[in-house]
Amino acid sequence: MKGLSNWISLRFPFQRIWRTHISEYYTPKNFNIWYFFGSLALFVLVNQIITGIWLTMYYTPTVAGAFDSIEYIMRDVNYGWLLRYLHSTGASAFFLVVYLHMFRSLLYGSYKSPREVVWILGMLLYTALMAEAFFGYLLPWGQMSFWGAQVITSLFGAVPFVGKSLMLFLRGDFNVADATLHRFFSLHVIAVPLFLCLLVWMHIIALHEVGSNNPDGLDINKLKDESGKPVDGIPFHPYYTVKNIWGLVVFLIVFLGIVFFFPTMGGYFLEHANFLPANPLSTPDHIAPVWYLTPFYSILRAVPDKLMGVCAMAGSIAILYALPWLDRSPVRSIRYRGIFSKIALSIFVISFVGLGYLGTINVTPLRQYLAQLFCVLYFAFFLLMPFYTRFEKTKPVPTRVT
Amino acid sequence: MLGKLLLQGALLFVLVTASFASGGSELPLKHADINLHDQARLQRGAKLFMNYCAGCHSLKYMRYNQMAVGIGLVDDDNKLDQSLLIQNLIFTNAKPASSILSAIDIKASQQWFGVEPPDLSLIARQRGADWLFTYLTTFYRDDDRPLGSNNWLSQDVAMPNVLANLQGEQVAVMGVKKIPWDGGTKDIEYIKHLQILKVGEMSEQEFNSAINDVVNFLVYVGEPVQLQRKSIGYGVLLFLLLLAGVTFMLKREYWRDIK
Repeated sequence: MKGLSNWISLRFPFQRIWRTHISEYYTPKNFNIWYFFGSLALFVLVNQIITGIWLTMYYTPTVAGAFDSIEYIMRDVNYGWLLRYLHSTGASAFFLVVYLHMFRSLLYGSYKSPREVVWILGMLLYTALMAEAFFGYLLPWGQMSFWGAQVITSLFGAVPFVGKSLMLFLRGDFNVADATLHRFFSLHVIAVPLFLCLLVWMHIIALHEVGSNNPDGLDINKLKDESGKPVDGIPFHPYYTVKNIWGLVVFLIVFLGIVFFFPTMGGYFLEHANFLPANPLSTPDHIAPVWYLTPFYSILRAVPDKLMGVCAMAGSIAILYALPWLDRSPVRSIRYRGIFSKIALSIFVISFVGLGYLGTINVTPLRQYLAQLFCVLYFAFFLLMPFYTRFEKTKPVPTRVT
Repeated sequence: MLGKLLLQGALLFVLVTASFASGGSELPLKHADINLHDQARLQRGAKLFMNYCAGCHSLKYMRYNQMAVGIGLVDDDNKLDQSLLIQNLIFTNAKPASSILSAIDIKASQQWFGVEPPDLSLIARQRGADWLFTYLTTFYRDDDRPLGSNNWLSQDVAMPNVLANLQGEQVAVMGVKKIPWDGGTKDIEYIKHLQILKVGEMSEQEFNSAINDVVNFLVYVGEPVQLQRKSIGYGVLLFLLLLAGVTFMLKREYWRDIK
């Protein structure tokens, strides 16, 4: 066995990779509950890929066959229902886990120098994930699949001069139709997943280059013992592997609880209208994306002008990329920041969740004002950040983790 | 040419509006009692469906034999009892493994009702049990409609009141209320409640129970695997709870020396 391991090591740096990234990757010892979500996101990605492979074996990407093939999977394929529920619940779980992972970053300033590239790669992952979810949502070819795709592709029609041609190019037809379904299928099962895997790899490599942040936001590599190991660091393996396995099991209790007992989650994970096959002649009263995209959908609706709405929506995602440069605070973690940062983050969370909720329900004049207010607060959080982070009074950061 | 186009357009409009219940009505939904473990009830629901609904509505994602096993038409070895199925629930020349398809002529049905009767395989997942229960119990006589009936929940729906002989003659008791209109007010008629004038083959209680049975059956048809899903789920969760205990102790053991 040792001989084989040596033989491989001379030809492939397996042991070195293991040491660099797992057994000798030093991690702050004070990770709290917020630090589970990175590894959980990786788990959910693997779940999506594996269940996706099996679903693809039975799914038919044509207008005539798509809806039927989903019901075929639900009823005639052995445990097909389980594959599909794991995949559909996995989509929502992916976003939930990623949102919590991103919130952790906001909470402890993980995007700040030297982790800007980690943040940018993470944002690219998030953007790609939204595209992946959007393409995948068309595939069941239900009413909401069709009208959701119709609405989102029509947004590109708002672009000046080239809008109409762009919309035609995306759909491959004058309407969302067979050509659209085929290309969305291709993008959903090949192009975007490949890109996601590449980005995940880069995200982890970039993180391991600069080291993990922690709830205190201090740099553990500043204080090392005689052997050159960080005093407040512990090897990722076995400490965080066993801790994350426990976290994974707890996550699975919630996740599989939903899969087996509430797979539609009252219409939030699988929408009621999507149990009706797509009908291009009948527009539903109420078109809304799945919950994880509703904050941005709310921003789109809050702006009365179509083109400006599209710009605001795109801007609300784009501005997240600039976060590492908007934050001028001398400290990373919220624990040592001043009152302004704490208030701003609270307002941001309220407005994001508020926008998300408003995006799932119908517009009324009052709700429209509320959405506009949340929209302003959402942008204010970012645009005012260079000021409130610089001028507030911060607390001194300790030299050792707490 | 133009006339034909207009006609087609008008037909299309009627089709589209008729095919979807407006949903604008504010009628609170009645509560349907769902119990998929009750096989006698599922069988009564299937019987009612095959006798009153299957003439027009298909359950194309459900097979006869799959349904029969699901509602308990089985012999002592828990295998499908074919003769029981064929004699009682198959009224067409379909084979036991066939999908449950209505014999209705689609073209003709579009002429009769203005819309093709929808497939009901997934109706319970789309509308929910309470909606179906309320819908099926709130048909009333309306001589202004082409087929003599209307529905309180889904106004001007294309479906006729096929259950009238069971329920009896139900009518709408109208009231008048004022609504703000153009600066002043305007009187509009609205339905206060429904009342059964002539009792049918069933009492009101029997009828509601029968409708509940058919809704229960449709909930089963919407996702035949749901009982199996939950029973697997209990096992999985029990296993995970034990595993959570074990993995927590493993974590604690490793972390003992971290100060």
